[in-house]
Amino acid sequence: MSVIPQGPTDGLAGADQPVVEAVHITKRFGSTVALADAGIVVRRGETHALVGRNGAGKSTLVSILTGLQAADNGAVAFDGRPAPPLGDRDGWRRRVACVYQKSTIIGALTVAENLFLNRHARSRAGFICWSRLRREAEQLLAAWSVEVDVRQPASTLSVEQRQFVEIARALSFGARFIILDEPTAQLDGAGINRLFQRIRELRAQGVTFLFISHHLQEIYEICDQVTVFRDARHIVTAPVAQLSRSALVAAMTGEDVTLPEADHRRLTVDAPVLLSVRDLVTVSGAELSFEARAGEVVGIAGGGGSGKVEAAEAIVGLARRAGGTVVVDGRTLRPGSVPDALDAGVGLVPQDRHREGLVPLLSIAENVTMTVPRRIGRRGLISPARRDALARDTIADLAIKAAGPQVPVSDLSGGNQQKVVMGRALASDPKVLVLITPTAGVDVRSKQTLLGVVEEVRRRGTSVLVVSDELDDLRICDRVLVMFQGRVVREMPHGWSDNDLVAAMEGVDLHHV
Amino acid sequence: MSETLSTSARPTATPPPPPPGASSRSLAIARLRDLALVPAIIAVAIVGSIVSPVFLSTDNIINVLQSMSEIAIVVLAQTIVLITGKMDLSLESTFGLAPGIAAWLVVDPALTRGLGLDLLPDAWAVPVVLLVGALVGAFNGLLIVRFGLNGFIVTLGMLIVLRGLLTGISGGQTFFMLPESMTYLGSATWAGVPASIWLSLLLFAVGIVVLGYTRAGRALYAIGGNADAARAAGIRTDRVLWMALIVASVLAALAGLLISGRLAAVPSAQGSGAIFQVFAAAVIGGVSLNGGRGSVFGAFTGVLLLFMIINVLTLAGVPAQWTNFLNGTVILVALVVSRITGGKAQT
Repeated sequence: MSVIPQGPTDGLAGADQPVVEAVHITKRFGSTVALADAGIVVRRGETHALVGRNGAGKSTLVSILTGLQAADNGAVAFDGRPAPPLGDRDGWRRRVACVYQKSTIIGALTVAENLFLNRHARSRAGFICWSRLRREAEQLLAAWSVEVDVRQPASTLSVEQRQFVEIARALSFGARFIILDEPTAQLDGAGINRLFQRIRELRAQGVTFLFISHHLQEIYEICDQVTVFRDARHIVTAPVAQLSRSALVAAMTGEDVTLPEADHRRLTVDAPVLLSVRDLVTVSGAELSFEARAGEVVGIAGGGGSGKVEAAEAIVGLARRAGGTVVVDGRTLRPGSVPDALDAGVGLVPQDRHREGLVPLLSIAENVTMTVPRRIGRRGLISPARRDALARDTIADLAIKAAGPQVPVSDLSGGNQQKVVMGRALASDPKVLVLITPTAGVDVRSKQTLLGVVEEVRRRGTSVLVVSDELDDLRICDRVLVMFQGRVVREMPHGWSDNDLVAAMEGVDLHHV
Repeated sequence: MSETLSTSARPTATPPPPPPGASSRSLAIARLRDLALVPAIIAVAIVGSIVSPVFLSTDNIINVLQSMSEIAIVVLAQTIVLITGKMDLSLESTFGLAPGIAAWLVVDPALTRGLGLDLLPDAWAVPVVLLVGALVGAFNGLLIVRFGLNGFIVTLGMLIVLRGLLTGISGGQTFFMLPESMTYLGSATWAGVPASIWLSLLLFAVGIVVLGYTRAGRALYAIGGNADAARAAGIRTDRVLWMALIVASVLAALAGLLISGRLAAVPSAQGSGAIFQVFAAAVIGGVSLNGGRGSVFGAFTGVLLLFMIINVLTLAGVPAQWTNFLNGTVILVALVVSRITGGKAQT
């Protein structure tokens, strides 16, 4: 197979044809309509955003555009020519590539082998020639300025490097149209900047991107055009510059959505201190001290290596700590013990709902009540009726979209799963609520609900700790502690400007440069 | 396929970055992992030579290699399956059934008190052994790959079914009076060394080359590491898995033929319980039960270490009643040793 670029880079032949044009696409899964007469047109050289809430049909469109699924109706064309048949994988890979949220890199193999999987360089006798394979891999990565040692196992790559390697691999097939499916979801601020820099460079070299993201800010930063999907339909396609943020959100949700902000009420100074963290030192050396009063929302912001998540996990006992004390409502927590923290009245939304937050095959009811067996039990046995009642309350309070408490969590969308995690944290009526990246990977509406719930519990007198680098999460805080490289570098009261906070998270002081 | 790759590497003006300095070190570590058990093997050899001067004699070394040669081939088979992320418990039953069926079809009942059918001429025995192996593997593949059933349960069922089949056709007895075609490979010596040793070493060498230097071999690693990614890379994952299961069963059948040839008999319990030792050897040798990790050479060092320790215990005069206890202990100790020397948890 030749991997010489198939024309598109020079931009001469068929330059006026859209890179991809999908029209009248309909796709059903059983009774569910995933796409109803939807379509998209992406022109050469632009970076095109595709947005929509969870379940809007974005993923289905991507799998149709990449030839993994056939549409029930409609047509896909690349550069004005009809798409190859589904069986022609190489044909599809020469035209389009997708970097999925879920990695298609194989950790146990080297970077070089991942780049040339199943197309290894071979000697005449048919044996793989490892030295040539490595050389070709080095040339490929060098050509796209990806600085990664091709001999290391791919499992050692950072998320960011992994994405660059996947992009380079896609380009090596000749594809000049690349779909990025929520590429920034697992990156910190600096990583996102480098990714965007890379996207701009590649765009200058004639690569077209379709960019899928939940972060509207990023779309304004990097994209030229935006297409909005809602409820399996195409809603609007417009230049990003002509669509205001509120209009974009309105197109996504079909109604106006405003995210909550902290109201400017003065905290009563005599409110009791519910959470007190003194001289906390994490295993890798991050330090943190603060107090939170009843009804106060404290934010901890910071980039990837700031130690904020580690510090939060040390507070709730998920991670060991090297020193310091944590006191919840007068009771000192035993280090590294989650049961002790729960017992003292801490509610937790962990960072990764798939890994620490949920048991996907169990029902909503079982997940929500996992931390409070005593509340739903009678003489040591669990009462299903009480459990379901409690779960029904949670479903109603958090507006979880599900048929009932018996639905397995794995059937829910990402936003609703996160609401279940939040419900679990709230089930024990916690005195202190610790939220680690509570809105990662959820759509705007779910985000609104989740943050609204925080506002409600703080009114009931709970102290809330929000650990996140997302500005929307931090806006609900009364004050934000900004961590950088393991130290609190700034404390910002409510009313900070986005630029100031982002600069502080990146370790830059805008006022002293 | 990728011969023209370098021509596509043209679009930027950016010069290639200097080769990173850490690369040679990480490469060295990757190679070291393959050799992780070598220090342990040397240590056992030293202990062995202290325990008994016989240990390092040529006869004893040949003895160790021969006693492990059949199981080693099954370990090779299991390694192939494990790397794809599946497992095949039925190999131990195939190990007994394949030569059992061949013997059943060719042995003359007049000479063996009614055992056997004498349906086929002697020359058919070896092809039948291999064919039975291939059929068992194909059937495993049908259930696991085609019908998507859980590999552990399917092969557990097959383990019981195939063992029962062998017990059924043999009436629980031992086939003997095997034709020369069946005993040759297991009993011949080539250049002063038993043929079964040559054969097992040769198969391991082939295994190292195939798994390390062919696309089919690398496809096994890709599937075990991330099946979706492998499929996305154009690997026909179902076909590769199916082939892996067939090759593994054929290897197990061949190993069964070797031991039948060595003992000149096929007992109805041949191979029974061996699968545990096979798994232990593979895991000690660094093959991951989760798939995608491990090497044929590592698996070989795993078997070698296991059998050397058993040999040392025998030479030390440990009574036979304690053999099973010690075998289990050896497996656990070898796991700990490989964890310490390899520096990575075995999963």
